[in-house]
Formats: sequence, C-alpha cells, structure tokens
Amino acid sequence: MFRAIASKRLFSYSAAKLDTLAFIEVANGKVSPASLSAISAAKEIGKPVTGIVLGPEGDKGKDSAAKVDGLSKLLVAKDAKYDHYLAEEVAPLLKEVVTKNGFTHFITPASAVGKSFLPRLAALLDVQPVSDIIKVVGEDTFVRPIYAGNALATVKSKDSVILASVRASAFPPAELSNDASIEEISESVESGNRTEFVGEELVQSERPELGSASRVVSGGRGLKNKETFESLMNPLAEKLNAAIGASRAAVDAGFCDNSLQVGQTGKIVAPELYVAVGVSGAIQHLAGMKDSKTVVAINKDPEAPIFNVADIGLVGDLNEAVPELVSKL
Amino acid sequence: MSTKLKILVPVKRVIDFAIKPRINKAGTGVEKKGVKFSINPFCDIALEESLKLREANKGLVEKIHAVSIGPTKAQDILRTALAKGADTTTLVDVGEEEVEPLNVAKILQKVVEKEESNLVILGKQSIDDDANQTGQILAGLLNWPQATNASKVEVSGDEVSVTREVDGGSDTLKAKLPMIITTDLRLNEPRYASLPNIMKAKKKPLEKLKASDLGVEISSRLETLKVEEPPARAPGIKVENVDELVAKLKEVNAI
Repeated sequence: MFRAIASKRLFSYSAAKLDTLAFIEVANGKVSPASLSAISAAKEIGKPVTGIVLGPEGDKGKDSAAKVDGLSKLLVAKDAKYDHYLAEEVAPLLKEVVTKNGFTHFITPASAVGKSFLPRLAALLDVQPVSDIIKVVGEDTFVRPIYAGNALATVKSKDSVILASVRASAFPPAELSNDASIEEISESVESGNRTEFVGEELVQSERPELGSASRVVSGGRGLKNKETFESLMNPLAEKLNAAIGASRAAVDAGFCDNSLQVGQTGKIVAPELYVAVGVSGAIQHLAGMKDSKTVVAINKDPEAPIFNVADIGLVGDLNEAVPELVSKL
Repeated sequence: MSTKLKILVPVKRVIDFAIKPRINKAGTGVEKKGVKFSINPFCDIALEESLKLREANKGLVEKIHAVSIGPTKAQDILRTALAKGADTTTLVDVGEEEVEPLNVAKILQKVVEKEESNLVILGKQSIDDDANQTGQILAGLLNWPQATNASKVEVSGDEVSVTREVDGGSDTLKAKLPMIITTDLRLNEPRYASLPNIMKAKKKPLEKLKASDLGVEISSRLETLKVEEPPARAPGIKVENVDELVAKLKEVNAI
C-alpha cells in the first residue's frame, strides 16, 4: 500500500514536471503564424505541450488556438488587463502559472510581444532565457544565431525552468486539426503595474504578413524614393502574391514603414522566394533573409554583396527590369 | 510637478558592426584578437537620447551616468561617452569573459541603486549576442515599467510617453518614473565626439569597480557547447536578362 502511494506520488510529480508551456499570441481573434511555428519547436522538446492564451484577444482566439496540433491542453486567462500584452502584466501571471503547475519549459515566439515579456518573466523566475532559437538539439540544448547570424551557437541551459523564444522562420507552422481541452484559469496576480497603453498605429495591408509569407519582394536604397518604391514594388508583390519588405536604408529614407524592415533588427524571414531589388546586401540585411530558399537579386552594381547570397542575380537597371519582370510573370 | 532625471545609460563594447566576425579555431567563440571594437550602436543611440532629453528640456536632467560591464578596455567606450556628454561613468571590470544578460541586469540593478537613477535607457540588443534581454530583465528585477524598441520618447513632468516599434506598426505607452526604456534604431542619429570634448573627457570621472564590489556573484546559466559557421549557400548564377530570370525561376519551381 505504501508502495502504491509512493508510485502514485511519483507519477503525479513527474507528470506535473514534464510539461512545456507555450505562449500563443492572438491578433484579431486569430493565432499568429509565429505562434504556430513556436508550437512546432515546443513539440520538438519532446514533452506534452500546454498552450496559454491571454486577455480579450486570447478569449476570442481560444477556439482556433485549441485546434493547434500538438497541444494537450489550452489555458485561457481572460482578464482585460492582458489586452495589448503589456509585459508588466503578462510576466507575473506567467510566473504564477509556470511555478504553480511545475512547467519545466516555457516557449514563446520571438515576436515583438515575446521579446518584450520573456526576459521580464526570466527576472521573476531568476533564470537566463535563450533568445531566438533556430533548432532544438535536446530538451536543454538549443542552437541560436549570434553576430547577426554570422555564427551559430549551441547552448545548454542549466536552469531548472528553461525559457526560450523561437525564431518563427526556422520552424514549420503547426497544423490546425487538433481538439485540445480548454481550461479557464483564474490566477489573479497583482502586478502593481503603472504602465498605460495609449494607442497604436498599425499598417493596414492587403499583402500577406511579412514574417510568414512564402514569397517576399524587398526594396532598398536603389529605388531612390517612395514613389518609385511603391510604383515598382507593389505590382511585383501583387503578381507574386508576396509580402513587401525593405532594407534599413529604404526605411530610413522614408520609402516605406519601419515595420517592413528585414534584417538583424527588423523581421527575420525565410520564404521560398526572396526578391531583393536595389538592395546592396549589408551584413545586417543578410541576417534577416539569408535562410530564404531561393534568393533573386536585381541590382545595377555587379559588386554588391547581395550577389554573394543570390541564387539568381540580374545586373541591370531596376527601373527597366522590374516592370519587365512584372509583365512576364 | 516635475522630477529631475538621473539617467543611467549602460553601454557595451562589441566588435564593430561593419566587421564580419570569424569563428575561432577551437570553435568556442568568435575571434577577438586584432579586431576593431566599438560602442554597440543601440547603446550609442541610448546615450544620444539622454543627451537630447537634457538639451530639449532645460533643467530636467540632473545627471547622465554611463556604465559598462566588460573588460578593462571597455573604458575606451566610456571615455567616448564622456566626450559626447555623459557626466560620470562606472566601469565594472569583469575581464574578458562574456557576461550573460541576467548577470548584467543584476549588476545594473546595483548601479541603479548606487546612482539613484530614475530612468535607465539601454539599447534594445547588443549586436554580438543578439539577446535583446537586458533592459527587460532589469525592469523585472526592479519591478519598474518598461518600454522596449522606442522610436520616440517624451517626458512631461514625471510622466514618460514612449512610442515603440512593434510587429505591424507602432504603439504608444505611458508610465510614471522610474522606468526602463530600450532604444530602436529609429530613435535618433548619434553625434560624434569633437576633439576638444575628447580631451576634456580625460578629466571626467571614471570609477572602476569589480562585480564583487557591488555584491554580485557572476555565475553563468548557459554553457556554450560550440560555435560554428552557418551553412554556406551554394554559389548562384548571374542571368543576362529578364527572360532568363523568369526561365530560371520556373526551372527551380519558385514561380
């Protein structure tokens, strides 16, 4: 009988200690593509994965989140204070959920939201997080790029709870054919938060989302001005059903919105097809796109570094080449 | 009511952004011998923002203190910070070892207490380890409000309004001091230090400490098993015209 109790205790202990908690970001009632990739990474750790959605957005998106393959359960924390995912509110709640349930791993997409709250959560748990993982080697060992992707570091975490953010472009998105049980949680954590959300300005676009698009057309300084950027890049993007990206030079010169920047400090993309138009290919830009499957470069400078990573390069005037390309596609 | 700002700007010495790093022979890290080092670009932006706050708001900023946690040589970038306009600096000499963001944040927490800082402006990430963590961890340790990836900072009384770059656009947060801000590239254009100011900076205060002086024990939580080159891309081809480009794209099933 003692044995039965002991083994039962052992079982519940290990069951509780075995899980990975995955943060699922929801926007407009839909699971973000980056979250789907993060769940794929979470599955590779090899433990059951519990998802968590937060706030009014999470509540709206819980039915679609429960469909994400690989989730054994979905937790919903629906308080309005989790709207806009303020790190000051999100981190204490997640700390509570992680410690109360004994999760050993916590995974989030390396989105602006994930990057903002994950280190704050790490401070509360006194652990060193692992940013932007591109490969799961083992349950405590991961590969992550450093030096703008010029080196890959394999790191092993000694922390008791492992926190990691996931580079979405490195993992395929999880499918949506699951039926996980939904559990509302009522953890109430007084964060003492003094940060107020004032407002947001999001760029409305018909185009696919940059981070998860299968095709990206990207413009650089060579486009000279906003008018040329729009008149050349929009038709090309439309024809290819691609998202539009840009180099830092193009963004700084005001050709397009900051959120379209591809590179070390912007979005990291790895589409099937990446077409770089008038982009020279600085280290910082290459960091954001060099894992694309096929890279096409159109540039009038034959010495531009972009040609070192391009599978297909065309040396020529983009003002002629791009419209011609659009007409022939 | 207005609160005087005591700004802390942590700065990191990193391999210059324009240099392509090479992996060392042992495969344990990046070759650092004979390589040009500079202030991390995002830290430079953080420093510039603190100088701008002082210039744009008469009497608002009481002091700007720059701190670096790194090797002895990191005092070079602190001298640069002084030349640009920082009032005082601290070097926490930790030798050549790379210190993880959690440890850096713990040291910074002590410096915040020591300097009685009420605003910490940091770069959003250092371009060597690309972690993007230190500011947020520090905010968590102090339980202060945080605003990451700032593209605009406005101070009014003891209230700070920060516009941030987020996925899909921007948003604006507001908080009362004390708080933590991390800078995005778009925030400002850092100035250069003039020669007379570089000379003057040699006389400005540079305090040297060890982590142990602040009561912080550095213990790393991550073990780097290896560092390797990313897989090289197969060499590409050049095409002569758009027709060939389209034909090639079809050949590789990209369209």
